[in-house]
Amino acid sequence: MIKVKKLQAPRMSFWERIYLPNILKGMGITVRHIPKKKFTIQYPEEKWVPRKGYRGAHRLNRDEEGRIKCVACEMCSSACPSDCIHIIGGVSPWDDREKYPVVFEIDMLRCIYCGMCEEACPREAIELTEVYDFADYSREALVWDKEKLLQMYDLTKDNQYYKTRAEKLVRT
Amino acid sequence: MVNSATVELVVSAVKVFIVVNVILLMVMVMILAERRISAFIQDRYGPNRVGPFGILQPIADGIKFLFKEDVIPYHVDRFLYLLAPAVILVPSLMTFAIVPFGSSFSFYWGDTPVHVRLQIADLNIGILYFVGIASLAVYGLVIGGYASNNKYSMFGGLRSSAQMISYEIPMGLAIVSVVMLTGSLRLSDIVADQQHMWNVVRQPLGFLIFLVAAFAETNRLPFDLPEAEQELVGGYHTEYSSMKFSAFFIAEYANMITSSALITTLFFGGYHVPFGILEALNLPVAWEVVVHVLSFSIKTAFFLFVYLWVRWTLPRFRYDQLMNLGWKSLLPLSLVNVVLTGIGIAIF
Repeated sequence: MIKVKKLQAPRMSFWERIYLPNILKGMGITVRHIPKKKFTIQYPEEKWVPRKGYRGAHRLNRDEEGRIKCVACEMCSSACPSDCIHIIGGVSPWDDREKYPVVFEIDMLRCIYCGMCEEACPREAIELTEVYDFADYSREALVWDKEKLLQMYDLTKDNQYYKTRAEKLVRT
Repeated sequence: MVNSATVELVVSAVKVFIVVNVILLMVMVMILAERRISAFIQDRYGPNRVGPFGILQPIADGIKFLFKEDVIPYHVDRFLYLLAPAVILVPSLMTFAIVPFGSSFSFYWGDTPVHVRLQIADLNIGILYFVGIASLAVYGLVIGGYASNNKYSMFGGLRSSAQMISYEIPMGLAIVSVVMLTGSLRLSDIVADQQHMWNVVRQPLGFLIFLVAAFAETNRLPFDLPEAEQELVGGYHTEYSSMKFSAFFIAEYANMITSSALITTLFFGGYHVPFGILEALNLPVAWEVVVHVLSFSIKTAFFLFVYLWVRWTLPRFRYDQLMNLGWKSLLPLSLVNVVLTGIGIAIF
């Protein structure tokens, strides 16, 4: 036999039953929130600096001589689950490698920022950066070509990307 | 020589013009205040991009409403559907007519003495006019809900009618106890009666009942069941778009303004300045009128703030709780209040 314990709601006192003291207490809490510090980040002026390991826009790394590191092996485009990397390889103009990418395009709108390309790359040529503020007006402008990706390397190589791009940086 | 009837007419027309425009302006201010104060209470900033501190936001909203496509869904009752926004907007702008928002002043127009009372219509049935016209607003909601031919809008309309009828009675009885003290329905008499002691001191219970009923009458939280977003997808105005939708909103805010003005008039001494400060300052007469209007505006603004304040403090009532509160608590309380007021008058 299961012992049934009947629970009863606790009896409320007179002041609890007329609710008013509690309503006033609640209103006190709400009014104290008005002068409090706001959590909103005022986006274009204030920018949030992502933590290490954040996966944002891609970049194509350069070697010591400023040449593109990529050897057009297409490991990244095969690893890519959303099929957003398009590479056309060509004969390399340099002696130390056979191929280099003639065309290297990433469709930033297709990309899911999983970082698989970065994992697959044998030369550490493609990397995801901390950059997230690259919105644009057209789909065409968001298909980034080789020049744009190399430029991203120049912008982000010293980890100072957001320094000049916001009046105030917010670190979390 | 100017005819005195003409003068009356011109003065009234000017007053009506100013009051209606000030109300519409206040509606815009309220729309912004609602969004910004809501944001502040939730530790956000709210709209602060359009103009300094976002003060042009309501204008941007208005332009947006004007340029939006005005959809009339095919399944609606066209005549009633078009009628509803007008039916709700007109009474909400009419009710302010009886509120005395300042004392009076006189000046000479040519040789004719002109006496201007800062109140559009000093009706001898004043407060009854308010109760009557304010109740008309419920037709707007019911017609809007019915004409939309949509079950959720219908629910919204039905809820609003039930709610308004339930809360009209305690509200009326709270007004009755005030009228008993004054012995007049005329609002200017009620204000004059409070020169030395505000009614909120003599009628604290009446004030509370009126406040709660006013929240219910204007469909504001915690009594916004007619437009409960979570369950009714917006309620009676779901099918409306563009300026028709904004007509519902203007009406809601205009009702809030009138309610706040009436709370001020009935319980907080109208345009009177408390503690004899005005007498102590010894200002010229012209300035006294300005101070009176200012005093009235500040009190009204405070109650408008209370509307927003309560909105973000209390959650919405359940329907049965709403009815319980109205019929089982407020109605007996307001009756008791009337009796107590009667005994009080008999003793003193």
